Amino acid sequence: MNLDNGQVTELYERMLLIRRFEEQSGRLYMEGKIKGFLHLYIGEEAIAVGVISALRDDDYIITHYRDHGHALARGMPPNVVMAELMGKATGSSGGKGGSMHLFDVRRGFMGGHAIVGGQLPIAVGLALSAKYKGEDKVVVCFFGDGAVNQGEFHESLNMASLWDLPVLFLLENNLYGMGTHVDRTHAGGRDIYMSADAYKIPAAQIDGMNVVEVRETTQQALERIRSGKGPVFIEAMTYRFVGHSVQDPQAYRDSSEIEQWRAKDPLDAFRETCIAEALLSEEETAQIDETVRETVAEATRFAEESQEPSLESLYDNVYDRTRQV
Amino acid sequence: MAEIILREAVSRGLREALDEDERVFIIGEDIGAFKGAYAVTSGFLDDYGPERIIDSPISESAIVGAAIGAALGGLRPIVEIMTINFMLLAMDQVVNHAAKLRYMSNGQMKVPLVIRTVTGGGGQLGATHSQSLEVWFATVPGLKVIAPSDPYDALGLLRTAIADDDPVIFAEHALLYRARSEVPDERYTIPLGQAKVKREGTDVTLVAYSRMVHVALEAAAILAERGMDAEVVDLRTLRPLDTDTVAQSARKTGRAVVVEEFWRTGGMGAEVASAIQEKAFDYLDGPVGRVGGVEVPAPYNGTLEAAALPTAGRVVETVENLYGI
Ligand SMILES: Cc1ncc(C[n+]2csc(CCOP(=O)(O)OP(=O)(O)O)c2C)c(N)n1
Ligand SMILES: [Mg+2]
Repeated sequence: MNLDNGQVTELYERMLLIRRFEEQSGRLYMEGKIKGFLHLYIGEEAIAVGVISALRDDDYIITHYRDHGHALARGMPPNVVMAELMGKATGSSGGKGGSMHLFDVRRGFMGGHAIVGGQLPIAVGLALSAKYKGEDKVVVCFFGDGAVNQGEFHESLNMASLWDLPVLFLLENNLYGMGTHVDRTHAGGRDIYMSADAYKIPAAQIDGMNVVEVRETTQQALERIRSGKGPVFIEAMTYRFVGHSVQDPQAYRDSSEIEQWRAKDPLDAFRETCIAEALLSEEETAQIDETVRETVAEATRFAEESQEPSLESLYDNVYDRTRQV
Repeated sequence: MAEIILREAVSRGLREALDEDERVFIIGEDIGAFKGAYAVTSGFLDDYGPERIIDSPISESAIVGAAIGAALGGLRPIVEIMTINFMLLAMDQVVNHAAKLRYMSNGQMKVPLVIRTVTGGGGQLGATHSQSLEVWFATVPGLKVIAPSDPYDALGLLRTAIADDDPVIFAEHALLYRARSEVPDERYTIPLGQAKVKREGTDVTLVAYSRMVHVALEAAAILAERGMDAEVVDLRTLRPLDTDTVAQSARKTGRAVVVEEFWRTGGMGAEVASAIQEKAFDYLDGPVGRVGGVEVPAPYNGTLEAAALPTAGRVVETVENLYGI
């Protein structure tokens, strides 16, 4: 592993933060403190953390509604994310966006987008703006296996490649779009990365449960993209360990399949490797565990104690405040 | 005669159609293995098989387009678009194709197609998932639009929609799936374009459709306590629109308020108010009122969302402000 103790600690801590944060969100949903739809990222943590750890601070990230993992990996404060999930004034959108619509423009986090496929053309436009301005920023666009069947997916790949735009298309293939298996929705089966070939975009399929592999593949891709050679496509194979949303009885899949994938838990795998290679000690992982628990507890406390948004805020930001119509 | 919920009423109508006519099939996202996002097609895959219960990729435009093609080929497709928010991706197929082929071919073609979809807010799903866009479709010649408020109407109107030889949008409100009413065991149908008087009254007419009928009934109960006897008219279909029943009621009461969940600008309220002044002008005691959704995208926070939606309180207030009681 090409990582030092500090980097390893950071990767592990971020993944664990997402895991514990999501577990806590699930609990808060059951308690009725989080409402609407809640889509958890449990099982897929290695992708957000591996990819985002390889980015520069000025790069853009855009993603779908299963967005807490990407937000936390990008360094959005857990307090602010949790407050948004609870619809509080201190949330990232003052309680007006909710779980599926997280934004943190200061960190280049251009949103959770809840219409399947909707973020793909926007990623192309962000990349267009970077190229237009002569910046060497990269746009990472996360999306699911379900999104690739929207026309917007194909339209976006085509434009990005045609105009050599700096986009990293990052497919999180967790084998399901809601309850429908990818083998039943995609004519090319689960090897979706092959679609990129039609648009002459270099593509790779990787193990999305392995944070190091995700990070290293991303680093190579970023190098190519930053050199002006156009987009790259990565398909990270993964699995969500829990339902599509919190209320999903999961009648469409066998528990044996879930168990099989749980055995590849990205956190366990990484921790065991790090310990075996003496990059982390048992004491250090215990310490990280403790820190993360405190962070999540603090986020919960912060969100619970925060104020509800004011009724007047209902009307804010429909338009530019200075030019209300 | 038995009391059933709206979900069962729609399911029953779909099953009948599948049982009675081999040309009928259902296509949509997650309607089979997942059993339907709102469980309307639960059990259908087992009972009718994958040729007739087609789990589609997430491709709204192509789903509707393919259904149009199948209809041209002699089948009678029923499409489920998971929610009306996702209809925007299919807008071109619905508006430029389904609605126009009969006319442009001068009657050579017909498109017997039902698109069932889920409308409405109130579930704290945020701005992209809480809209009531059925009104948009009701502006298009060539389409028919149904938005029932109870199980009896849902079943009777669905039967008519399925038997219709033109494209019909059938909008089910997400918060009405558990609404109850008596439904006869024997077969009945309800013609399109007939509003229904849900509550008779003499002092003011409240016109509504879908979930707002329940809000109007609630408002009528409050008004009754204050000595005002409201009549509640349920439009049931937005196109064709039964302006006669509405105008007749307005002539009787001399006062009318239209209640809808859609934003006020360009909504059904404007259309209905205009029809009332055309057909009942001389009988009116004052202007026709409109209560609609507050003109903001739907906020996630529950208190804000509730403030943005029409309530019985707002209806009562509007009646009292307009007619000075
Ligand atoms: C245009 C559109 N159609 C349908 C939906 C409903 N929906 C939300 S998530 C989802 C499945 C998406 O699956 P995938 O892209 O694989 O992402 P995953 O949930 O697996 O992360 C569907 C059908 C939607 N939000 N937008
Ligand atoms: Mg998926």
